[in-house]
Amino acid sequence: NALGRGLLLLLSRDQIDEQTWEDFEDTLITADLGVGPTTELVDTLRTRFRVEGVADAGRAREILRSELLALLDPSMDRTIRADRTDTPAVIMVVGVNGTGKTTTVGKLARVLVAEDKDVLLGAADTFRAAAAEQLQTWGDRVGVPTVRGAEGSDPASVAFEAVKAGIEGEVDVVLIDTAGRLHTKTGLMDELGKVKRVIERQAPVGEVLLVLDATTGQNGLTQARIFREVVDVTGIVLTKLDGSAKGGIVVQVQRELGVPVKLVGLGEGVDDLAPFDATVFVDALLETA
Amino acid sequence: MFDTLQDRLAATFKSLRGKGRITEADIDETAREIRRALLEADVNLAVVKDFVAAVKERARGAELHGALNPAQQIVKIVNDELVTILGGETRTIRYAKRPPTVIMLAGLQGAGKTTLAGKLAVWFKGQGHSPLLVAADLQRPNAVNQLQVVGQRAGVHVFAPEPGNASSNDDLDRPRGNPVEVAKNSITEAERRLYDVVIVDTAGRLGIDAELMQQAADIRDAVRPDEVLFVVDAMIGQDAVNTANAFAEGVGFDGVVLTKLDGDARGGAALSIARVTGKPIMFASNGEGQRDFDVFHPDRMASRILGMGDMLTLIEQA
Ligand SMILES: Nc1nc2c(ncn2[C@@H]2O[C@H](COP(=O)(O)OP(=O)(O)OP(=O)(O)O)[C@@H](O)[C@H]2O)c(=O)[nH]1
Ligand SMILES: Nc1nc2c(ncn2[C@@H]2O[C@H](COP(=O)(O)OP(=O)(O)OP(=O)(O)O)[C@@H](O)[C@H]2O)c(=O)[nH]1
Ligand SMILES: [Mg+2]
Ligand SMILES: [Mg+2]
Repeated sequence: NALGRGLLLLLSRDQIDEQTWEDFEDTLITADLGVGPTTELVDTLRTRFRVEGVADAGRAREILRSELLALLDPSMDRTIRADRTDTPAVIMVVGVNGTGKTTTVGKLARVLVAEDKDVLLGAADTFRAAAAEQLQTWGDRVGVPTVRGAEGSDPASVAFEAVKAGIEGEVDVVLIDTAGRLHTKTGLMDELGKVKRVIERQAPVGEVLLVLDATTGQNGLTQARIFREVVDVTGIVLTKLDGSAKGGIVVQVQRELGVPVKLVGLGEGVDDLAPFDATVFVDALLETA
Repeated sequence: MFDTLQDRLAATFKSLRGKGRITEADIDETAREIRRALLEADVNLAVVKDFVAAVKERARGAELHGALNPAQQIVKIVNDELVTILGGETRTIRYAKRPPTVIMLAGLQGAGKTTLAGKLAVWFKGQGHSPLLVAADLQRPNAVNQLQVVGQRAGVHVFAPEPGNASSNDDLDRPRGNPVEVAKNSITEAERRLYDVVIVDTAGRLGIDAELMQQAADIRDAVRPDEVLFVVDAMIGQDAVNTANAFAEGVGFDGVVLTKLDGDARGGAALSIARVTGKPIMFASNGEGQRDFDVFHPDRMASRILGMGDMLTLIEQA
């Protein structure tokens, strides 16, 4: 991994020269941090190193790490709002095609069940081939029921029915899986807004999780912006972090939109979901891949 | 972002307008903007560096051309280089001398393989072929089911002897069936029933997953494909090169299909992958419908990556 090497180089050279800074910049770009944030970070570091007269490697590393961590604001609240009030807690999962929404719903249900919660799944993806079956298989696997509609039926009414069933059955959490849609498709984005509004006739949606794939490049920021406009995203799930991609785009997403990364996906299995930990994330960025 | 980029490049080119010669400083300035534009389009950094170096080299050596001013010349050089890499070797499917022609799809999770299988089926059918879809993803929950629905919509037969990972299984944590066996038997099925194109859908897998990469190689050996197509999401970032290299080494591929081009991602991966693997990008997938599919157009991709609707407009502005 270039970043790891870049840092080692940066810290082992007596003098931090232009080439070293360029190497460092390169390594951040390779992690999908983006040209803008990378340039900014490098500028900040340059200033701090100069002002503080940083000479020893240990101190330099500390500063690097703390600046990266600061970008991720470890103080943000990253808890999943899954507590029942008068009505079940409702969590919607949204995002572009193929990022891992349905899988995340399955894995999150598993976590909630382990916390002794009564969970119900709503299959509001009525569009993609066998999407409801896929969700149902996840439901069966983790032992929770799935409310489905007919293929091609209105996703908002399936979501409505699921929440209704959740209210009647007095469950703790209703997880709503939605169809993948590109943020550029206004018709589909309007549909998503409607799904949320229709649910809210019965119960507030306490959590809207946007699923971003760690392999996604700079387009991730645009995705996040538009999804937030349409359904007021409350948290990010960064999936497929078990691959070679670092998911650096979430740094920009968090900073520009103030929406915290809450969970990370680490595989295709039922237990491959973990809370986001800024320190672990930064250390992974700094580590050799 | 689109506008500012275009504006920025336009501004750079404007400052070059009217000059009789391109100076070294002009080249550097333009190169910086192009570097940034490519990085914002998610072109892999190593590829960007190579590319910018090549452009600079050509710009320096550029003969003063009567009809074009210096700015126009640089734009043209950039465009030409992009199209050359993207279009290196344009070709379409190679058919087997003796049918069936076998096409195997491979790629990361969620890239769009199963959807592409349906699109290819429709496309081949439209050309008078008789395709068979093969459900060799037994891993993702209900992948087999998904392919069956896809096949039904396309009006083609699906070879799916195993249910894979589905609710009907006794043990939900252990998928049923062996994908290599399924793939192998599909060829016999195609020969017996006279399908002349076989499209093998495989499970998504990570580049760094050695075990699943071996499984992909085993499927390949079992079906001896005429084309292995690497399916990649146009939204992918800097990791495109790692992943493409991993698939090139692990299974090997003959062509690339870029998916989800109906969004607004610039798709710099196209350039990265074409440059690093030297394999042609053959098709573009641009929607969820079965006809949202086209052969790949290098020139369109070039202006998309640079974020310019029309390179020629820019040349005129310059
Ligand atoms: N390696 C890995 N694969 C994952 C992860 N999360 C999901 N996947 C895989 O990614 C693929 C797509 O996952 P889905 O859950 O179907 O994605 P989706 O967002 O629901 O897709 P659409 O509904 O079609 O938009 C599947 O093959 C999953 O098994 C993860 O964290 N790691
Ligand atoms: N907008 C758009 N969506 C696409 C395109 N191609 C595929 N999709 C969608 O992307 C998601 C994933 O597609 P799949 O075909 O299931 O992907 P896959 O590679 O088979 O996924 P796995 O088998 O889980 O690895 C689905 O929601 C598809 O509808 C495309 O060109 N444009
Ligand atoms: Mg889904
Ligand atoms: Mg598939």
